[in-house]
Amino acid sequence: MTPPPAQAATLSTRSLLSGEGSRGGSLPSWAPWGAFVGALAFCGLVEAALGWFTIALMVVFGALVAILAIYAWSRPIEGARRAKDRAVTMAIVAAFGVAMAPLVSLLYEVLTRGARGISWEFFTSDARGVVGGGGAAHAIVGTLIITACAVVIAVPIGIMAAIYMNEYGRGPLRRALTFFVDVMTGIPSIVAGLFAYALFELFFGPGIRMGIMGSIALTVLMIPIVIRSAEEVLKIVPNHLREASYALGTPKWKTIVKVVLPTAFAGLVTGVMIATARIIGETAPLLVTTGVVDSLNTDPFQGRMQNLAVYAYNEYRSPGVMKQASYDRAWAAALTLIAIVMILNVIARLVYRRYKTEIR
Amino acid sequence: MAHLDTTTNAGQLLAAASGGRRRRGDRIFSNTAVIAAVTILALLVGVAAFLVAEGFPALTASSADLPNHESFLSYVAPLAFGTVLAGVLAMIVAVPLAVAVALFITHIAPARIAMLLGFFVDLLAAIPSIIYGLWGIFVLGPAAVPAMKWLEEKLGFIPIFEGPASITGRTMLVVGLVLAVMILPIISAVAREVFSQTPRKLQEGAQALGATRWEMIRTTVLPFGRSSVISGAMLGLGRALGETMAVAIILSVSGGVTFNLIGQANPSTIAANIALNFPESSGLAINLLIATGLVLFAITLATNFIARMIIARSEVQ
Amino acid sequence: MSSSKWLAVFAAACVLVLGLAACGGGSDTTSGTSGTKESSETESGGGAPSAEVSGEIAGAGSTAQQASQEAWIAEFENANGGATISYDGVGSGGGREQFISGGVAFAGSDTPLSESEGELAKAIKRCEPGELVEVPNYISPIGIVYNLPGVEELKLEPDTLAKIFNQEIEKWNDPEIAKENPGVELPDIRIVPVNRSDESGTTENFTDYLSKVAPKVWTHEVSGEWPVKGGEAASGTSGVIEAVSNGEGAIGYADASQAGELGKALIKVGNTWAEPSAEAAAKVLDLSKEDPELEKGQKNVIAFEIDRKTEASGVYPIILVSSMIGCTKYKSASEAALVKAYFEYAISPDGQKLAAEAAGSAPLSPALTKKVEAAVASIE
Repeated sequence: MTPPPAQAATLSTRSLLSGEGSRGGSLPSWAPWGAFVGALAFCGLVEAALGWFTIALMVVFGALVAILAIYAWSRPIEGARRAKDRAVTMAIVAAFGVAMAPLVSLLYEVLTRGARGISWEFFTSDARGVVGGGGAAHAIVGTLIITACAVVIAVPIGIMAAIYMNEYGRGPLRRALTFFVDVMTGIPSIVAGLFAYALFELFFGPGIRMGIMGSIALTVLMIPIVIRSAEEVLKIVPNHLREASYALGTPKWKTIVKVVLPTAFAGLVTGVMIATARIIGETAPLLVTTGVVDSLNTDPFQGRMQNLAVYAYNEYRSPGVMKQASYDRAWAAALTLIAIVMILNVIARLVYRRYKTEIR
Repeated sequence: MAHLDTTTNAGQLLAAASGGRRRRGDRIFSNTAVIAAVTILALLVGVAAFLVAEGFPALTASSADLPNHESFLSYVAPLAFGTVLAGVLAMIVAVPLAVAVALFITHIAPARIAMLLGFFVDLLAAIPSIIYGLWGIFVLGPAAVPAMKWLEEKLGFIPIFEGPASITGRTMLVVGLVLAVMILPIISAVAREVFSQTPRKLQEGAQALGATRWEMIRTTVLPFGRSSVISGAMLGLGRALGETMAVAIILSVSGGVTFNLIGQANPSTIAANIALNFPESSGLAINLLIATGLVLFAITLATNFIARMIIARSEVQ
Repeated sequence: MSSSKWLAVFAAACVLVLGLAACGGGSDTTSGTSGTKESSETESGGGAPSAEVSGEIAGAGSTAQQASQEAWIAEFENANGGATISYDGVGSGGGREQFISGGVAFAGSDTPLSESEGELAKAIKRCEPGELVEVPNYISPIGIVYNLPGVEELKLEPDTLAKIFNQEIEKWNDPEIAKENPGVELPDIRIVPVNRSDESGTTENFTDYLSKVAPKVWTHEVSGEWPVKGGEAASGTSGVIEAVSNGEGAIGYADASQAGELGKALIKVGNTWAEPSAEAAAKVLDLSKEDPELEKGQKNVIAFEIDRKTEASGVYPIILVSSMIGCTKYKSASEAALVKAYFEYAISPDGQKLAAEAAGSAPLSPALTKKVEAAVASIE
C-alpha cells in the first residue's frame, strides 16, 4: 500500500507545492496506543471523581477523548492532513472495537452456556421416550436435511436469477424481478411458513407436516438474500475481464462460467453463507410446517421433522420443572447451530482457496 | 449500466459469429437464467395471492367485527411505527460501525490479521437470529439496566431518554442494539467484499498524488463501494424489519406510539406482533395479522425504493 | 484449466439437475410416501385396545400443556414401542383450528370449545359419525410472582391485586398493601406489573379471575390479550419469570411451577390466605359446576364454569384448566385405539403424577378422574 519509490518524488513535490502535508516531524510509533491509554486513564479518573464510573462509559468516552487527543498532538508536529488521517484511523479502530465487543460477548456466552448442555448423548440420541431431557440428534439431523434441501433449491435459482439480472436482463422482466426481489425481502418469516403450509394443504389436505415443507418456506426467505448479494458481487466484476474473454471469441455463457463466476466466487460464497445462516435459525415458519417430534426422521418427504431452532425455542419456552437443564439444552442447541454454520463456512472457504490458487 | 449493455451486445455478436455449437450453449444457459427468474416471479405471485386472499377479509371488515373493535389503520399504525423505529435505530448504530469494521479489515489492519478478521466477521454474519435473541434477553438486557438508569438521570431532558427507565431491560433501545449487532456483520461482510475489490490502480493513483490513507479511502474506496454499501445496508434493514423471534422474545410490548426508548411500554413491531398473537388466534384475527404482513411489505418496498433512488443518483454523478 | 471445466460442469449440474429434481422429482416422492404413511397407519393396531398400540398420531395446541404432553409422550412411547405421538405447541387457537380441519387427531386447548365463531358446532361436525370428546386433563395454579428482596411473604386481597395490575397502586409501600401485611417492611419503590405480551390462556384465566372477584376495579373484558396498556410485557411464561427475576419491584402472573426462587403471593379467599399449591388448585374443579352452554348436550364433553368466587378454605381459584379434545370415532380403528390409549394414559393417576413431576401441574381429583375416565372410555 506504500507508494512505489518512483512516485515518492511526485508526493514530495506536490506536498511542497501545495504547502501542506508533512512538516518534517512525525510522532513516535507508539503514539496511537499512548493516546488511547492516556485518554482511557484520564476518563477513568474524571468519571471516578464525578462518581459515574462504569467500564462501558470509560471506554466510550476514552475512545472519543483519544481521537481528539491524537489530533491535537499530531497537528502541530505533522500538519493538518496527517493529523486528520490519524484521527480518522483512530476513530475507525475504535469503532471496530465497539462493534466487536458485543459480538465477542455473544460468542463467549454461547460457548460457556452451551458447553454445559453439551454431552455425548446430546449428539448421538434423540429424545424419544425420555422425560425432560434426552439428546438432540433428531434436531441436528433435521436441521441439516431441511437446510440442505432449501439451499439446493434456493442457491441455483437465486444465482441464475442474479446472473440473468446482471448479464442478460433488460426490459420489463428485469425490472419486475428487481422490484419483486425487493418485495420478497420484506416477507415476514412466519408468513413464508403459512404460505408453504397453504401450498401443501392444497395438495395433501389439512394437517400435512413434512420436512420439505419447511425447506420450501425457507427457500422463500433465502432466495432474495442470495440474489441481492450475488447481484452485488457480479456487478463489481470488472468489465474488462468480460471484454477480454469476448475478444478471444469465448461465447457468453462460457465467459460467465469461466471468468465472471470465478472472479466473484468469494463474494458468492459469503452471500450464500449469510443466506444459509439467516434460514438455519428460523423458528416460526418451521413450527407451522415441519412440526415438533421427539424421534429421529431422515425422510424429508414423510412425517414430522424436528430441527435445532425449534428445539432451542421450545426448550426456552416450555422448560418444565427442571428449568436450568432445559435452558442449558437451549444454549447447547444454539452452540451446535453456530458450529454447523462455522463448519460449512470453513468448507466453503477451503473449496474457494483451492480453487482460487488454480485459476491464477 | 449503459456501457455494460454495449459490451454485452458486442460479446453476443462475437459469440454468434463463432459458430452454432456455441450459440446453442448460450441459448441453453440464458434460457436457464430466464427460467430461474420466472420461477421466482411465480413463487412471489403465489405468496402474494396467498397474502391478499388471507388479508383481504380483514381489510374490508368493519371495525366492529375486528377483534379489538378498532379500525385496521389504527391497529396497524403503532405496529408500523414500532417496526420503523426499531429498524432506524438499528441502522443508525450499525451502518457507520459496519463501514468502519470493513475499512479496518481491508485498509488498516495488517494483512495477516485482516484475513482472520474477515473470516471472523463472515462467521458472525452467519449466526442465526434466535441466538441473538437469547443473548439479548439473558445478557444485554440485564446489562443495560444500569446504563438506561444512567441515561434517564443524566440525559432525561432528551425525549428519547425520558424514562422512567425499565427495570428489566426489555426496551426499544435494547432491541435496536440487538438488531444492530445482528445486522452489523451482514453489512460489514458486503462492504468488506466491495472495499477489497476497489481497483488497485485508483488507490495507488491517489497515494501517488500525495493523499494520506484517509484521503485515499475517502476519494477512491468509499465512492467505489457506496452503492454496494447501501445495498448491503438494505439487506440488513430487511432482516431488521422482518426479524420476528428476537424482537418477540426481548421487547416489552404494551404501548402505543412513543419515542421513549428506555421505558417499559414500547410499540410492537409487525413481525413480532404476528409471532406473538398468531398461535392463539383464529378466524378474522388471523386475517388481521396477515393483513399487517402486507403493510410490512409496503414498508420494505418503500425503503428499498428509496435506496435504489439514492444508488441511481450516486451512479449518475 | 481443468478446474474451470469442473466448475462449469458443477454449475450446470447444480442448476439443471438439482433445481429440476428438487421441483419435479420432489412431488413424485411425496405422493409415493404419503401413500405408505396411510398404509402404516392401517397395518398397525388391530389388536385389542388393552394390548400395546402402535401407529402415528399428531396433536397440536396449548403451549401451557407442552411440557406435560412431552412427558406423557415419552412415557407412552416407552410403553408402546410402535407408537409415535407428536404434539406441536402452536397455541390453543391453532390447535382447535387444526383439530376442526382434521389436520390433527387431538388438540390441547386452554379454553373449552365455545359457540363464538361456531367452533363448538364445527368440532361436533368434524367428529361425525362419532361424537366429540373434550375433557380437562391439565390443571395448573397460576402464581402471582414478585421480586422484592427481603419480603418473604406477601398477602394480597383480590381488590388490591386488581389495582396493582390495573396500575392504580404504584408504590410497594402503598397503605392498601401495607394494611394486609402488618409487620412486613415494604420498600418505597415503583411497582412494575409484568404481563404476557403474547395472547395466552394464562392471561385469559387470570383476567377472568380478576373480573369475577374484583368487578369494581377490573372493568376490562376477559380476553387472552392483556387489556391494560403501558405495563411491562414479556412473551411466554419463561419471559414473564425472566422479567420478574431481573427487575426489583416487579410482579407478574405465571404458571406457579415455574416460579423457582421468586416469591409467590398469598391470595385472600373467603377469610383465609390461599397458596398456589397443586391440591388447592385441583379442589376448585370439585367445587365448580359444569357449564351447559359449553357442553351443548354432548355427553362426552366436560367443561366447567370455574368457580372463581369460592370462599371455601384450602382452595386456590387462580387456575388454568386446559383440555384435551378428540373424537369417539376415527377413520381407522387403530387410530381410535391409539388416541384412546393415549388419552387414558394422560388422565390416569400415573399420567397425572408424571405431569406433576415434569410440569408442576395439579393432578385431577379422584372424583373428576372418574368422570373423565367415563368420557374417554367412549372412544371406540
